[in-house]
Amino acid sequence: MKKCFAVVVGLGLVALSACGSSDDQPASSEGSKTVTLVSHSSWAVSKPVLAAFEKASGYQVKVLTDGDAGQAVNKAILTKDNPQGDVFFGVDNTLLSRALDNGLFQPYEAKGLARVGTEFQLDADKHRVTPVDYGDVCVNYDKKYFADRKLAPPTSYDDLVKPAYKNLLVTENVSTSSPGLGFLLGTAAKYGDGGWQDYWKKLKANGVEVVDGWDQAYNEVFSGSAGGKKAKGDRPLVVSYASSPPAEVIFAEPKPAEAPTGVVAGTCFRQVEFAGLLSNAKNTAGGKALIDFLIGKEFQQDMPLNMFVYPVLKGAAVPAEFTKYGPAAKSPETMAPAKIAADRDDWVKTWASLVLK
Amino acid sequence: MALPLAFFGTFFAYPVAAILLRGLHDGGTWHLGRLGDVLAQSDIRHVLWFTTWQALASTALTLLVALPGAYVFARLDFPGRRLLHAVVTVPFVLPTVVVGTAFLALVGRGGLTDELWGVRLDTTVWAILLAHVFFNYAVVVRTVGGLWAQLDPRQEEAARVLGASRLKAFMTVSLPALGPAVAAAALMVFLFTFTSFGVVQILGGPTFSTLEVEIYRQTSEIFDLTTAAVLTVVQFLAVGAILAVHAWTVRRRESALRLVDASTTARRPRGAGQWALLGGVLTTIAVLLVLPLAVLVQRSLGGTDFAYYRALTSDEGNVFLVPPIEAIGNSLEYAVVATGIAVLIGGLAAAALARRDAGRLVRGFDALLMLPLGVSAVTVGFGFLISLDEPPLDLRSSWILVPLAQALVGVPFVVRTMLPVLRAVDQRLREAAAVLGASPWRVWREVELPLVRRALLVAAGFAFAVSLGEFGATVFIARPDNPTLPVAVARLLGRAGELNYGQAMALSTILMVVCAVALLVLERLRPERSGEL
Repeated sequence: MKKCFAVVVGLGLVALSACGSSDDQPASSEGSKTVTLVSHSSWAVSKPVLAAFEKASGYQVKVLTDGDAGQAVNKAILTKDNPQGDVFFGVDNTLLSRALDNGLFQPYEAKGLARVGTEFQLDADKHRVTPVDYGDVCVNYDKKYFADRKLAPPTSYDDLVKPAYKNLLVTENVSTSSPGLGFLLGTAAKYGDGGWQDYWKKLKANGVEVVDGWDQAYNEVFSGSAGGKKAKGDRPLVVSYASSPPAEVIFAEPKPAEAPTGVVAGTCFRQVEFAGLLSNAKNTAGGKALIDFLIGKEFQQDMPLNMFVYPVLKGAAVPAEFTKYGPAAKSPETMAPAKIAADRDDWVKTWASLVLK
Repeated sequence: MALPLAFFGTFFAYPVAAILLRGLHDGGTWHLGRLGDVLAQSDIRHVLWFTTWQALASTALTLLVALPGAYVFARLDFPGRRLLHAVVTVPFVLPTVVVGTAFLALVGRGGLTDELWGVRLDTTVWAILLAHVFFNYAVVVRTVGGLWAQLDPRQEEAARVLGASRLKAFMTVSLPALGPAVAAAALMVFLFTFTSFGVVQILGGPTFSTLEVEIYRQTSEIFDLTTAAVLTVVQFLAVGAILAVHAWTVRRRESALRLVDASTTARRPRGAGQWALLGGVLTTIAVLLVLPLAVLVQRSLGGTDFAYYRALTSDEGNVFLVPPIEAIGNSLEYAVVATGIAVLIGGLAAAALARRDAGRLVRGFDALLMLPLGVSAVTVGFGFLISLDEPPLDLRSSWILVPLAQALVGVPFVVRTMLPVLRAVDQRLREAAAVLGASPWRVWREVELPLVRRALLVAAGFAFAVSLGEFGATVFIARPDNPTLPVAVARLLGRAGELNYGQAMALSTILMVVCAVALLVLERLRPERSGEL
């Protein structure tokens, strides 16, 4: 026991005195060979792809990830005068205005931006952020449930409030869940500022269930997912992503010939994720190279199977499972980041008083 | 005393003060007026009220359910006692999101209560209370049981001989002696449930909200640091009030007791009463604690011949740069360091607090040490971020921050389990040894250590479990290439697909086993010689 103490105290002192050691040394000069990416916990990339970038550019990439998207953005804003890294990845259109208004990023027009769809470039005149990927929040349905009952699955927001689909939908708490918020914003885009409250009243009357987060909705209550089947989930409709059905195929053992779930095409809301060079980045040259890499072909093609999102680069190949079981929505609902920023908090409050009370 | 103070000041007071200042003193003006505004909102008042009463109810229920358990583990000897003692601590380390899942299998749709009686408790306050009992059962069993095992049974026997009934002997002899430990356990359970987050959200549903949830939302979602700071202050006040009540009830209660070696006090159950009690406690543990855990194990065994476990060892198509199995090593490394720090700091603090001549000031410090349990992890985390960012303390991306943050939560446990025992050590024993010429160090080694060794191990077990299961701080700086077990579980659960879900269940099962084995090993650390004193 005593020996253990000595070791621990020793360790503590070493660690404290080593806080400034080479490993954690913030890059102090432009010529630094380390570039640091700050992101949320969903960040993922294949090792060889990152290694190839490191080799080609001569930079070592350090990655710091923590928390969900909202938390990660807020932390970056809090530390913007003394940032933890050079590039931030993972601010989406629901948080974009907050990041830009707080001066989180400095302008940089990435090399190869011309090959990125203009519909994703939401800061096209200043280039403070560069789009990297997009995804769609959509209602998923359990194919077997509807086939067994010879009931056609819903196809639109309007369908969800019809008596045929009473007590079938589960969604997430808007105030803490990203897909939950996406679904609300989708209905607000579709029915307008004055109409979405009515829609939600009808949805509530039609027995929508609200649970805390995506995990619970998808893995517990939804009857179509692997987790839900084990947990005796009893709702065949869930607010999730367009890329969830491909995941049900890719991560199944053995792989089924058909996806067990499908996407309700008319209920999608588009989320775009951006990367940006942090305002006080210590290694701007490395940061710029990293952003170029994020919209490069190699990373864009590697991304879907790691993060289950779609590439923004024109001509980037998408895995067959994506095109077959969960293609990106054809005409998703969208909303300007400034509008989201202006109304979001009020809408969340209104939603809570309508739906949770 | 100096070291605990420095530790507490640097890693708790300073970061929390920094983030509160950022919220309350922005742009050169104080926003203290917001305190009134925020408290005037009926929503917030409602949340405060719910937070408080559910914590009180959870604490009462946990004591009610767990005190018989504490007695059984302390005084009755039955096969499998050690194993079960470790098992009841397992819930403590599981990520809430996983426990929520398991609990739904018990009280949710198609769960046990639904099958048996058609009763569904999810989205009711009962589910929240039961889950809190599940989580905190070990707190009571370990804190109270630790002392109970060392009380000299002959004192109660003497009372019986003098004509007291069994109940009366218990009420007049054992219960007063146990008072401080019960109060300490109640305090910890209260603080834990007062800052409950995941359990309330998952089992209660979005209609229930606690202060902790509100602080998280204001900080992480809405980014209104002023409101978050005000709510944190409210949390402080509430926790402070509870600490004051605790201090007031415990003072004057702690007296020197006759402590004996724990291994001598447990006996085989005798008589119908003890057998019934044992049966009742074992049934409670089976239903409330083991069953939800069993559900997780069962779900992890899906697929063909352990497919989920096999998937853990490959780094193909998973969310990490490393096979998820490596998270075990990461978790253990953090836990060992965090336990060392917590035991050292907590031990020193407890030793200082236990001295008879400890003044007011020192006792105030006792309350301060408890505060980390009553403050939101997100507040501390954000505080770290803006305060520990200058050399020589730029710890923001240093691995040491994780065990430090975990030790912050571990220290209160160490203090609370050590203190009642340390205070019970009869001062005259120390004096006698000193008169006989022993140096202070030798007095400690020969007199105190044998008596507090058990409490020390219990405390270390707590600190270890806290660290293994801790999620909030770890998320803050865990690098993608070295996730801890709870972080890995959360990330796997965040993705669709059978293998991800299965791996999350498999990792949770591994987490349980790791925790149980570690605690068993820890409790095997027997004194080389156990003499009765």
